[in-house]
Amino acid sequence: MKKSVFAAAVVASLVASNAVKAEPQAEVLHWWTSGGEAKSVAVLQKEFADNGGTWTDMPVAGGGGDAAMTALRARVLSGNAPTAVQLKGPAIAEWYEEGVLADISDVAEAQGWADVLPASIAGHMKCEGTWCAAPVNVHRIDWIWANADILKANDIAMPNTWAEFNTAADTLMAAGIIPLAHGGQAWQDATVFEAVALGLGGADFFQKAFVDLDMDTLKSDQMVEVFDQMRKLRGYVDGNFSGRDWNLATAMVMNGEAAFQIMGDWAKGEFLAAGKVPGEDFLCVSTPGDGFLYSVDSFAMFNVDGDDKQSGQKLLAELIVGKSFQKVFNLNKGSIPARTDVALDEFDSCAHTSAADMASSNKEGSLLPSYAHGMALRGAQAGAITDVVTAHFNSDMSSAEAVQMLADAIANSM
Amino acid sequence: MTEWLERHVPKMVLAPSFVAVLIFVYGFIIWTGWVSLTRSKLMPKYEIKGVIQYERLFASPRWDTAMDNLFIFGGLFIGISLILGLFLAILLDQKIRAEGVLRTIYLYPMALSMIVTGTAWKWIMNPGLGIEATVRNWGFESFTFNWITDPKMAIYAVVIAAVWQASGFVMALFLAGLRSVDEEIIKAAQVDGIPTWRIYSAIIIPSMAPIFLSAFIVLAHLAIKSFDLVIALTGGGPGYATDLPATYMYAMAFSRGDIGQAASSAMVMMGVVFTIVVPYLYSELRAKHD
Repeated sequence: MKKSVFAAAVVASLVASNAVKAEPQAEVLHWWTSGGEAKSVAVLQKEFADNGGTWTDMPVAGGGGDAAMTALRARVLSGNAPTAVQLKGPAIAEWYEEGVLADISDVAEAQGWADVLPASIAGHMKCEGTWCAAPVNVHRIDWIWANADILKANDIAMPNTWAEFNTAADTLMAAGIIPLAHGGQAWQDATVFEAVALGLGGADFFQKAFVDLDMDTLKSDQMVEVFDQMRKLRGYVDGNFSGRDWNLATAMVMNGEAAFQIMGDWAKGEFLAAGKVPGEDFLCVSTPGDGFLYSVDSFAMFNVDGDDKQSGQKLLAELIVGKSFQKVFNLNKGSIPARTDVALDEFDSCAHTSAADMASSNKEGSLLPSYAHGMALRGAQAGAITDVVTAHFNSDMSSAEAVQMLADAIANSM
Repeated sequence: MTEWLERHVPKMVLAPSFVAVLIFVYGFIIWTGWVSLTRSKLMPKYEIKGVIQYERLFASPRWDTAMDNLFIFGGLFIGISLILGLFLAILLDQKIRAEGVLRTIYLYPMALSMIVTGTAWKWIMNPGLGIEATVRNWGFESFTFNWITDPKMAIYAVVIAAVWQASGFVMALFLAGLRSVDEEIIKAAQVDGIPTWRIYSAIIIPSMAPIFLSAFIVLAHLAIKSFDLVIALTGGGPGYATDLPATYMYAMAFSRGDIGQAASSAMVMMGVVFTIVVPYLYSELRAKHD
């Protein structure tokens, strides 16, 4: 009798310790360390803890994720990868090719991700057919922000074509207002460039040039036109734009020094933080032309050992794509949820436009990955294009020269 | 026993650092050389594919700009720092009052990190906020000093900041050199009625040749490894107009996941350093044999 009680106690304690051991664990590497972003991560952290998990935070700030990637490389080389890593676009596939990503298809299928995510965004989350990453949000890149008072005072409507934009800009120049607030950093040049390319060339052109890297498209007359428009835009920025940070350019629009800015939807946060109201103080519309350029932040899941870590990974994936996190996180960050079935009542009018455009462009096939924000191409090729764009924008190079240089740079980056 | 210790303790004490240098300097030079011959992208791979990375490197217009900038920047930085440093040292050598204070003031920029220098000069040279705006506010409306935003002139803006940082240090080196010249010779020359500028050009400066050499070596390696100054001052811009080999390598290795390309650029940089250092070592070693 005594013996069996003892045995039962042993078994019970073993079960208990097993239960303790299988408590979900997740070590999460990310570079969301600044104000609003850190707040957004804290939301996920809290949800994870509420579901009985233990979260080990591994924030690595600096270099727009470069520092975090260096840390990740060291961790993977030493055979001790984190559970989940903030990764996006083709970088996910690059790590998959190194054979270090986990398969989370069971979670994705149980949660029905395929039904709630737009197909082209779901494509980024899959590695050769299996799910290996979870999307967090959708940033729209091809926004144009405007100061409503300036437009009203100069009797200008939001431009629907680049020709209209040029006319509006000439009017503003004559009135002594800087037409385009821009920061002369390579990634900002690239952001404007891809918005112009999508607007002038359309979705097919963009797809062939910046996703498929089709040489004929890269060298086409259409591309020459895109560079011509970039040269025009160079004339619409002030002389002091070199090296300016994007938020200072946003402030120029806010303060009425400049009329327009072309920037992703994180610019909205600056306007809102200053107490400006969308639709009244500032306007948000897509850049001239059709289509939608997205940048999707996501967490890639790495191969980990142990039940506790694997269950943590699954719980994390489930929570990331869950409705409540998608809503709270994106309210904080200014982007829109990646899943299309989240109620948008609490979001502002810019986010509503963004969500509606995402749905319609998804149907028309013009929902495209941003090259400037690392969604369409791998680092080497995207960097090669950016080099040419920024060299052209900051010199007196002709458009024909730039196109030739673009083709050479792409060939050289392979 | 003590004799044995005397003979072997120095070797034993030096051994760890010797091994560390062997692995972490020479070992990794070899590793980098190896990787530069592969098609490594995100992670290092070890399958040798020939000189493709070097072909890509020399076909890249950005690398051309970086190398051109290195020679413009290096040449002007070393030249101006040497001349300015020597000039300041001669002025300070005139047995003036408060020399200690002045010397400290000139030497202090060296105590700042390049990041601080770069950030400060970024605002000083910013046309909308710095010198240009100030002078225009004084009433000179047509005054223009926009080097930092002009792709053709931006590299010279980097030279200005770097010279400001280093010339005080060169001055201190030269001042020590000036003081080490034998007073007797100078006095003898003065007795003979030789003008002061002749004393400097014919006696003092030639006798400082070793100081020139060490100042040159210090400045040359500062120029070649220059990275933080450019990052803080211009971020490599406008465009990539102020890229240097070190910033190119950083971009390839850490931003673009192109490790093979980064390794090949590192090897070329090392080649540049060798072409400067090897003749120096050679002359040093030969001098000892004589």
